[in-house]
Amino acid sequence: MSEIQNYTINFGPQHPAAHGVLRLILEMDGEVVERADPHIGLLHRATEKLAESKPYNQNIGYMDRLDYVSMMCNEHAYVLAIEKLLKITPPIRAQYIRVMFDEITRILNHLLWLGAHALDVGAMSLFLYCFREREDLLDCYEAASGARLHATYYRPGGVYRDLPDSMPKYKPSRWHNEKDITKMNENREGSLLDFIASFIERFPKCVDEYETLLTDNRIWKQRTVGIGVVSPLRALQLGFSGPMLRGSGVEWDLRKKQPYEVYDKMDFSIPVGTMGDCYDRYLVRIEEMRQSNSIIHQCVEWLRHHPGPVMLEEHKIAPPPRLAMKDNMESLIHHFKLFTEGYCIPPGEVYAAIEHPKGEFGIYLISDGANKPYRVKIRAAGFPHLAALDEMVRGHMLADVVAIIGTQDIVFGEIDR
Amino acid sequence: MADLQALLNQIQNKIGNTYIQSSEITLGELTLELQSQDLLEVCRLLRDEPSLHFEILIDVCGVDYLNYGVSEWTTNDATRTTFSRGVEENVSEIKWDKPRFAVVYHLLSITHNHRVRLKTFAFGEPPVVPSVIDIWNSANWYEREAFDLYGILFEGHPDLRRILTDYGFIGHPFRKDFPLIGNVEMRYSASKQRVIYEPVSIEPRTLVPKTIRNDHRYLEEEN
Repeated sequence: MSEIQNYTINFGPQHPAAHGVLRLILEMDGEVVERADPHIGLLHRATEKLAESKPYNQNIGYMDRLDYVSMMCNEHAYVLAIEKLLKITPPIRAQYIRVMFDEITRILNHLLWLGAHALDVGAMSLFLYCFREREDLLDCYEAASGARLHATYYRPGGVYRDLPDSMPKYKPSRWHNEKDITKMNENREGSLLDFIASFIERFPKCVDEYETLLTDNRIWKQRTVGIGVVSPLRALQLGFSGPMLRGSGVEWDLRKKQPYEVYDKMDFSIPVGTMGDCYDRYLVRIEEMRQSNSIIHQCVEWLRHHPGPVMLEEHKIAPPPRLAMKDNMESLIHHFKLFTEGYCIPPGEVYAAIEHPKGEFGIYLISDGANKPYRVKIRAAGFPHLAALDEMVRGHMLADVVAIIGTQDIVFGEIDR
Repeated sequence: MADLQALLNQIQNKIGNTYIQSSEITLGELTLELQSQDLLEVCRLLRDEPSLHFEILIDVCGVDYLNYGVSEWTTNDATRTTFSRGVEENVSEIKWDKPRFAVVYHLLSITHNHRVRLKTFAFGEPPVVPSVIDIWNSANWYEREAFDLYGILFEGHPDLRRILTDYGFIGHPFRKDFPLIGNVEMRYSASKQRVIYEPVSIEPRTLVPKTIRNDHRYLEEEN
């Protein structure tokens, strides 16, 4: 009998299941993984160092590009850190808008995760369903901020502007006639809030659709049940957070335990898993989408009846209205100073964390009193998860590596920073 | 969130004041400063003491205090192009009287729902601190990252390799004396049929200089 040796496989960085630019060195014994060594950093852009060379507000755009599927949540942590150092609180309406968009972002993120994860494991059609709903949510992003992905909508002191009264509409074209267009624009006749309201009414049924395709699907269960099991104790040791921690049965959610903005006024529950395998994490995320849906509903109701400012009137931090600049000398000076030099933040250090769709996303900010941050450390949610990949895949088959990468919800924008 | 003063008292009771060099409660956060030789002992106590129970290591990060509190603003030579020429390039004035490198740990206890930040200064060149990987396994990559970006060595780390930078990278890019534009750039050379590294061809620019203004609004609060 010939001696069979272990061999090494190079997985990625250009592999569709590597979710970006993950390079994995897998030591295999037959088809069983003995050791996995993720090589990261192929998307490293030194965001933290770049941020040290720019005034505070100019860095908000960099935050979008960290986890590029949950843009506004990244901004949120950064903006919260600045607000904490400046000791300012945004107006209540801005807080509700932020919570609403955080939850929209959570659904956006989970939809992409669900589509991509299912695609990796072999369920092709779900990807298309997920993107159908994502499209509508990205339209909400566009209506509010002007950009579909990199919104830069949250600002220290509030949000960039109030929610618009109208939605952008489809126009007739060679491919869609007048009649089609009227039907497509049906839920776009009112304001952004009306559009979101129609979305959240429809969305639970969409989640049911996804569940019909997956939850009791035999192949899906074969691929995910009992794969990548992490015990609660190990999950804590490995620094997990978010759905990865909750999937292992630890009830921990910053939105409930250390509420920021107006999460303490929201009524929602935290789903937790029992087994700590890929299937439980799938169920947790599915339930989170339903919970997010209900939070958005509560925010929409509140926002409809409570108009008000969405930005602080403090013009040392927030720019004055465009109109005031035209005939008010002081406003013009404020505007000029803010957009050239920026504002200085008193010396100190602060850590602000939010419940990002992927886990705890934190910004550790050190200010030395200048108009630029002295040090920004981004605590990416996916970083400790990927670090635990080695432990999670040991003893699993090669095909399970793909399922485990999928369940970790890896996005390289934030891991490599 | 738990009362921070109570938490501090508890930590002082359990750990003893000798270990804690200084403590600070600002902006709703508790920071403890430790000596690096005491780090492991304190961390183990923080994790295992039932009333503290910091079971999650949220983050480890390096900090370089080289230019702390030094602004770049000199207006004499500013020209129309950018502010670049108006920026003092060679920073000489150092206002920081502590060691240059620090390592900051963020801990979280989910049993008691409280957080603490530990800060320890790393001495020597290369700076060294003990590794907490045996206490919290998640420290593995965080420490590799701090080593990669700041060149801080973690004593006892089993696999201290670079993590974020390129294979064969030279230098520690997040140090304040490492230029933002880097030292080398890479391109594909058609003649050599491979990727080659060359010294950077771009020039550093400062679009917005760093200024420090002691705003009266914040000074009043302190007094």
